[in-house]
Parts: sequence; C-alpha cells; structure tokens
Amino acid sequence: MSQEFNTNLGTLFAVNLDGPSRLHRRSATQPDQSAPFSDRIDRFDLGLGMGELAAEKHAKYILTVEKKKDDIESVLMEHLRINGAYWGLTTLDILGKLAAVDQETVISWVMSCQHESGGFGGNEGHDPHLLYTLSAIQILALFNKIDTLDIEKVSNYISTLQNEDGSFSGDKWGEIDTRFSYVAICSLALLKQLDKINVENAVKYIVSCKNLDGGFGCTPGAESHAGQIFCCIGALAITGCLHYVDKDLLGWWLCERQVKSGGLNGRPEKLPDVCYSWWVLSSLIIIDRVHWIDKEKLVKFILDCQDKENGGISDRPDDAVDVFHTYFGVAGLSLLEYPGLKAIDPAYALPVDVINRIFLH
Amino acid sequence: MHGRPRKSATPVDENASALKAAKIRSLQSQFLQNHHNNIYTKEAQEINAKLIESNPEFMTAWNYRKLAFEHNLSNQSEVDKEDADHIKLIIDEELRVVENALRKNFKSYGAWHHRKWVISKGNSSTERELRLLNLFQKQDTRNFHAWNYRRFIAGLKDISDEKELQFTTDMINDNFSNYSAWHNRSVLLSHLLEKKVEGYFPKEIFLKEEYELVRNAVFTDPDDQSGWFYHLWLLDQTIKVDMPNLVSSWPPNGSEITNTTFPIVLFFNEPVEGVNLQTVSVQVEDDIFKNIAWSPLSANKFKCGQAWLTHLTIPFGETNSSKIFQVKIRSEYSQGIISSNGVPCSQHWSIAFRVSVCHDFQPEGQSLRRILMTDENFSTVDINSNVMDLFKSYFELASDYEQPTSSKWKSEMIASEIDQYRELLSWAECKIGKLTLARLLMANDAIGTPVAPNTTHVEEVLKLYSELMELDPTHYQYYKDEYSLVFLKQVASSKESLMKYCRQYKESTSSNITGPMCLRLNSLSLSRIGSFERLLWVQSLDLSHNQLPSIEGLEALQLLSCLNLSHNKIGSFMALDPLRFLKSLRVLNISYNEIGAHTVDTRRYLCSSPLSHTLDYDKKFEEFAAGDEKVVNFWEAYSVFGGLDIMQLDVVGNVAADERFKLFLVKLLPALKWLDGEEVH
Ligand SMILES: [Zn+2]
Repeated sequence: MSQEFNTNLGTLFAVNLDGPSRLHRRSATQPDQSAPFSDRIDRFDLGLGMGELAAEKHAKYILTVEKKKDDIESVLMEHLRINGAYWGLTTLDILGKLAAVDQETVISWVMSCQHESGGFGGNEGHDPHLLYTLSAIQILALFNKIDTLDIEKVSNYISTLQNEDGSFSGDKWGEIDTRFSYVAICSLALLKQLDKINVENAVKYIVSCKNLDGGFGCTPGAESHAGQIFCCIGALAITGCLHYVDKDLLGWWLCERQVKSGGLNGRPEKLPDVCYSWWVLSSLIIIDRVHWIDKEKLVKFILDCQDKENGGISDRPDDAVDVFHTYFGVAGLSLLEYPGLKAIDPAYALPVDVINRIFLH
Repeated sequence: MHGRPRKSATPVDENASALKAAKIRSLQSQFLQNHHNNIYTKEAQEINAKLIESNPEFMTAWNYRKLAFEHNLSNQSEVDKEDADHIKLIIDEELRVVENALRKNFKSYGAWHHRKWVISKGNSSTERELRLLNLFQKQDTRNFHAWNYRRFIAGLKDISDEKELQFTTDMINDNFSNYSAWHNRSVLLSHLLEKKVEGYFPKEIFLKEEYELVRNAVFTDPDDQSGWFYHLWLLDQTIKVDMPNLVSSWPPNGSEITNTTFPIVLFFNEPVEGVNLQTVSVQVEDDIFKNIAWSPLSANKFKCGQAWLTHLTIPFGETNSSKIFQVKIRSEYSQGIISSNGVPCSQHWSIAFRVSVCHDFQPEGQSLRRILMTDENFSTVDINSNVMDLFKSYFELASDYEQPTSSKWKSEMIASEIDQYRELLSWAECKIGKLTLARLLMANDAIGTPVAPNTTHVEEVLKLYSELMELDPTHYQYYKDEYSLVFLKQVASSKESLMKYCRQYKESTSSNITGPMCLRLNSLSLSRIGSFERLLWVQSLDLSHNQLPSIEGLEALQLLSCLNLSHNKIGSFMALDPLRFLKSLRVLNISYNEIGAHTVDTRRYLCSSPLSHTLDYDKKFEEFAAGDEKVVNFWEAYSVFGGLDIMQLDVVGNVAADERFKLFLVKLLPALKWLDGEEVH
C-alpha cells in the first residue's frame, strides 16, 4: 500500500507527472453527430446542465485535510506541506472561502519554514528549495502579506541559484530543470525583483529546451511534457518573451492532449488526468489557443472526477481524491470560466485579483 | 492519488495505515535530528536509508545522503584514500540505495538526481548504468526520467549519437508507439545534422528514410499519435528556408507614392532582431539618411519582430515645382539581421521607389463627417481610375528580394509523400491522413514557384479542412482557424482575387481619412486573419460580422486609418493591442463584441503589459479614471488607445461599454468627434 502512496506524491511540480501508459488502442475517432459543425462554436454554455460543482463540499474537504496530521497521507506529505498549503488555500480563494482560514496561524507557520539562507523548506526544519520558496511567496501574496518577508534576503537566495548558462538549480545541490527557471522567475516577479537575475540568459536557457513539437522539456534534449511546458511558457510569459514560442505548433500538440472522454493527458498516448486541466489549459490560454479544445467536454470530465459525497477531486473518475487534484480541478474549472468561481491567472497561478493588485498599481 | 481507487477504508486498513504512519513519523524525526546535528554514524545513515525507501520524494533526506557521502569520503583513513576499491565501495553503496528507491518509485526526481550526482564523482561503470537503463526502459518505455538519464550517460561517457540513434530505431521497431523514442530521434538527428556528420548532411540524405520509417507507424495505426508530430517535423525540415528573409515591404519596390511623410515597413518571413542603421540603409537621391530609427512592431522586450517600422520625411525644400525623389532601402550588412533562434539573414535585398512631391496638394483637413462602412456607401472599383495604380504596383512589379529558389529534391520528396497520403485516404478515413495531406499540399504550393503565390491546391485543402471539422469536432476550431488562413491566402494571392473584395468609397463618403478604397472581408465567417505581408497597402478594412477573437498581426498594416471589427468575438481590450502600433487609425468600430464578458483573457500575455514586464504601469492613468483605477477594462483601454488619435469610435454592444466607461473614453481621446454615432461636444 505504501508503495502506491509513494509513487503518487510529489512536490508542486516534482509530483509524478505521468499517468500509466495507455494499455489499449483507441478506436478511430468517431464524429460527434450531435454537434453539426456549422453551429458548434456557439454552443458553449459552460457548466450548465452537466452536473454541478460541489463547491461547499470541496471547501470542507480542504479544511479537514489541513487539520489532519496523523494518517499516512499526511505523513507522506510532510515534506511538501507548504506546497499543500498553497494548493489548499488557493482553492479556497477561488471558491470564495479563504476567510474560513486563520491568516495569522498560516503566515506564522509559513515564516517558520524559512531557512537562514533566505529560502523556504517544505516544512519546519527541512532544507530550503526553490519549489517551496515559491509556494511561501504565493501564500503570502494570497493574503496581501508579501511585506512580511525580508524581500532582499529571499531574492538573494533565489538569484544565487542562477547558473552561468542562465539555468537555475533547485537548491545548492545543483539539480537543474526548467521547473526551477519558472519558479525563480515567478517568485522574483511577485517580489518585483526580476532585475536581480540575468533574465536574457534565463530566457535563452528555456528556449534551448524547445523541442520538435514546439513543447519544452526539463533540460535541453528532454522530451516535451505538459507540466514542463507550463513552466516554460509561464516563465516566457512573465518575461515578455512569448515570441520564442511557435504558438500554432505547440497549440496543436497541446490541443491534441484532449482525449475522447474530454479529459487531457500530459503526453501523447497517455491517460487523461485532472492535473493536466491546469498544465495544458493554462499553457493554451497563455498562447491564446484554448479555443482549439472542446471546453464543454473538459468541464464534464473534471466534474465527473468529484467525490460528491465527501468532497475533493481525483485524477480520474472514481479514484481517491487529494488536495493536489482538487486544486488543479477547481483551478481548471476557473480557467474554463465555470460560473461562480474566481478567475485565476494562468502564468502566476494566483487569483487574478491578487495579480492585478500586485502589478496594476 | 494517481490511479488509486476511491473507497472508504476498513478498520483493518486504517489500523495498518496508522501503524505505518507512526513508523515513518518516528524515522522522520530521528532523521531530522541527525541532519540538524550533522550526525553521520552508520546507524544514522541506516535510518536515512530506511526513510528514503519509504518516501523517495523526501528531498531533505537525499541532501543528507550527499552530506554523508562527502563525510564518508573525507573521513577515510590515509590507507583507504589510496585504495580505489574503497572509494568504489562507498559509491556502490550509494548506487544501491538509489536503485532501491527507484524500484520503489521509478519517477522519483530526488533519486535520479542523486544518481547523477554520485556518477559525476567518477569511478563508475558505464556498462552498469546502461544495463540498469535497459532494464528500466524495457519496463516503462516512456519514462522520461530514464530517457533523460540515458542522454546524461551518453554525454558523460561519450557514446556516439549514431549509436544512440540505433537504440531509438530498435525501440521503434519493437513498438512504434513510443513517442519518447521518436522525440529522441529528432534530437539526435538535429545534432548529427548540425555537426555535419557524414551520412547525415545535407539533410536530404536521411529525410527520405525517415519519411518511410514514420509512414510505417502512421499507416499501421493512424490513430496513434506517436508519429504525427515527427512527420510534421520532417515536413518542416524539408521546406524550411534556413534563414530569415525579407518577404514584402511598404512602399513596394518600383512603386510611386505622393505623401512626403510616410511609414516604411519591412516584413520578414519570421521574427528577426537587428534591423538598424548599420544593417539597413535608407537613401533619398544621393543622401544616406543617418537619423533613421527602426522599431519592431511587437510587444516583446528584446526588440524582435516580424515587421519593422520607420518613418521617412522627404526634405522637399521650398521649391514650388513638382519633383520626384528616388528612395532606396537596402540591406547593408544583412548578417546583422538574425532570426530569434540566431540564424543570420545572408541574402542581400534592396527596394527602390519614387516619391513625387507636388506642391499644390490639398491641406490635410480632417473630415468631421461620420464615416460608415455599409454597402450603400461603396461602389465597385473602377479599374481605370488612378486608385488602381498603387495597387497594381504592389502586385505586378518584380521585387529584388525573391525567395531563394528551392531545390528539386524538396518538390520530389513532397510530391511522393502526397501520393502516399492520398493512397492512405483511399482505404482509411482518418483525421491524421487528411490533416497531413492538407499540410503537404500547402507545402507543395509554397515551394513550387517562388515569385507569385501558388494556389493550385487551395480548393482541395479547404475541402479537407471542412471534412476535418466534421470528422473531429473536438478540434473543430483548430481546423476552422486553418481554413480561415488558407482562405485568406487565396484571397491575397493575386490582384484579381483581391479585387473581388475591394470596394470604392462613393464620392460623398470618400475622404483623406478613408482613402479611396476599402478591403471588405466582412461576413466571411473568418475566425483568424493572416497573409498580412500582402495587405500592407490597405487603408480601410472591413472585418465586421466574422468570428475573430483576435487581430494579431494587424499591426503591420501601418496605413490603416479605418477599421471595422463590429460583430466579432473580441473578448478584451488586450485583444486589440495591435492597434497601439497603428498611429494612423482614426475610425474604429468595435461594437457588438465580447469585451468585458469574460473572466479569462487569452491575450493577456501576448500584449504589452506590466504583468509581462513589457510595459510599465503608468500612474497618469489614474487621472483619467478618477476613482475607477481598479477597473481593469479602464487600464487596458488606456494602455491600448492612450496614444492614438481616434476621431470616430463605436463600442456599443460590449459588456464593458457602460456610461461610466464612455465618459472615460471621451476624456482619454481628445480628438474624438463621434462616439457610438453621437457627436461628442
Ligand atoms: Zn495527476
């Protein structure tokens, strides 16, 4: 049993990004006879008549998970508790329920995860890493409390992790990955400290990870993957460098992630998974190609993955729920303009009102 | 949790789980204590190993192992230090822990990185790593960590690209449904091509075989996506012009214009950097102008754009007589103009045109009349009128910057692929067959004749896209966008086809704002626009009653003064960002769109904005939006329209266009004379 848990936990982005390989070949795509193409583009009425989002239940689920500490899930999540807090709190904010959380407690706990180097660990007493540092900054941004930080110190921690070639190491042990480029760029932008790094080199490194399909991998030569694409596209968006992206080529690859069930997978010939509702969708929105998928079918897929009884959303219908997929499901629905949800920004992964508060003032 | 069924736990499960949790929790706290106190005893290291085995994702635990490893190495006795076997022992122990963790979780980032870290210390056997990889890659042929590690080992141990290419061939022959293998193939072939390795350079040597290999995959199971993107990559390799090039300009080569101040637009086949005084010269008669400033027509920070702009004023002096000036724009140092991926333009080009200065020209009286783009105000174009002269020069004069002629092998390769895919479609009604055929046919037309656009296959391509819309409704809008682009390519391909969509303003309507002629592409169900390189002459453009969500690329049309976008699907002011570059724009109709109706703005990162660090937040904005500065629509309208001299604007029929917003517009646009059909006082 623990084996299953183990394979299924990860940090915000270090999470195991793949579903299992597809076992059976699909049959040829059947035309959808119910949707004659002439009027199809006008038939979006998102979220209506297709089962509802159990918003109250999901909020309740997140609040209970936050409190649980002793079951095996929580124990195995300890090392990325700060990511978990970011997923949970952002979900609550999108659902309009952030007020249910005690700000002071959260903020003082987040601050207790800061290491003397300026970076944040996944939990109290854990080693610092860029992945956790971004979550800490995002949580503080949600509460409009970025000034709680010693901005100089945190941004110095981040900028010293940039390498000569523009890439970023995740921590002092030197693992290099474009996920860390995104995390560093997003963090520094939120702190308004982008000039602390060599943005041009950072961008060049990301561009050197571009592939035949227009997507991006974790290092030069590595295969494209929706999670990695989100990181690279997000970083290029924040630095105003989307002209390096072949939007039509990448858009085609991304829109072909939608499988028959309406769900999205993360690479060709893989199973769909709710978490890609975030990675694929946000990338498609940033490059303005989201109209190339059938949004209505995706809404339905996400809603089908809800646990309507106890709250929470899972990777696929009828699987066990977790905070990670609940966040990506709800954030995905927000990106699909599901009624009643706060809008989320596709590049910074924070509610739009939070981002506007930071940048449009 | 990934792939774990949703079920409520039985009391027995819960008990077992609680026990296990308590065990791991105790390991965690013991480990953290050791870590904080730098304790690296054998016992402490064993606790760490156990913890890693139960949770290979615990990054701090891997960090501790690295510290312990360094400790073990530096604390060897002097005798041990001399002993290579002893070091090997320490390394082997590390590799064993990693291997166990990987067996537990094959996708653990921490474990794979630790292995790389240890291997980088040297003293390791290539054979062992390859054996481990072969084992893992057989179990999970798509694991991207394993493929990454394979590339790492190949680099570290100098395994040749050719050998690795053979490995991908073997993997594909084993099962063609392996996207990871196709991907790695593209990487290796790109390396081999770049290094000009014999047998792989020039690229036509290997392309033919690659087409065959991927054809086998696609034809065996057309629904399997593994080969789709590889085929498109091969096609791109086949037709790609390997360098940036000038494709059109305003004014066009050989033309004659009458304005003394006018924009010069250079339009390239792809975004380029480095258009400046050193790379491009502007010569009027015998004088080379030194005060020319080129700027890219785009929102990015790093001065890169497909179209570049400058303005030129002819110094015609005080003479009363009419005079004709010869103007020459020339590439001086084309190597300095480089594409966004670093390839220099190696082709020289030059454009020559005449400016005739006539002293009795009309003063620029700005019309106060409201301009309407409705059928009653237009007549068909009189072919004999002088309206046609400029238009003709745009299409009939040969240019000095023709595309490099393409090689015969390209046409042959594409022709043969076209035959193959026609055959596939004769026995299988599949979407990838139709889509690939459509792309091949367009590629065929693109390389066929370099001078005038070839539209031999356009009708067939349009039919294929229509069929695809029915066959694959999930991606309906993708095909629809492609359809629109191909359709416009056809419209813009020749003077004759364009004339069908041009109308002349009736004398009562025409003014120096509208120009004499309007390109009417209204009510065509267009969802996307393109072919701008052939439309640089357009002054009046009617795009109303289409389905356009964006006008990306329109910024190249620097003469544009009247634009009708009413009844489209524009979703935000940011979608109108290209207008910020259109300084000649006077009349704009954006009525009946979807501005303000969406919570998600898909143009937000493709335009100039403080969010993408391409535009600073402008405090002056707050003066215009007293009390309303929180309203994002106001900021966006401010940032797009703020620098324009719009005289006539229609915004009715958008959620954002309420009374408060209209008052804001009146304040923002001092030249505004008409707003939603009412005169502004
Ligand atoms: Zn998932």
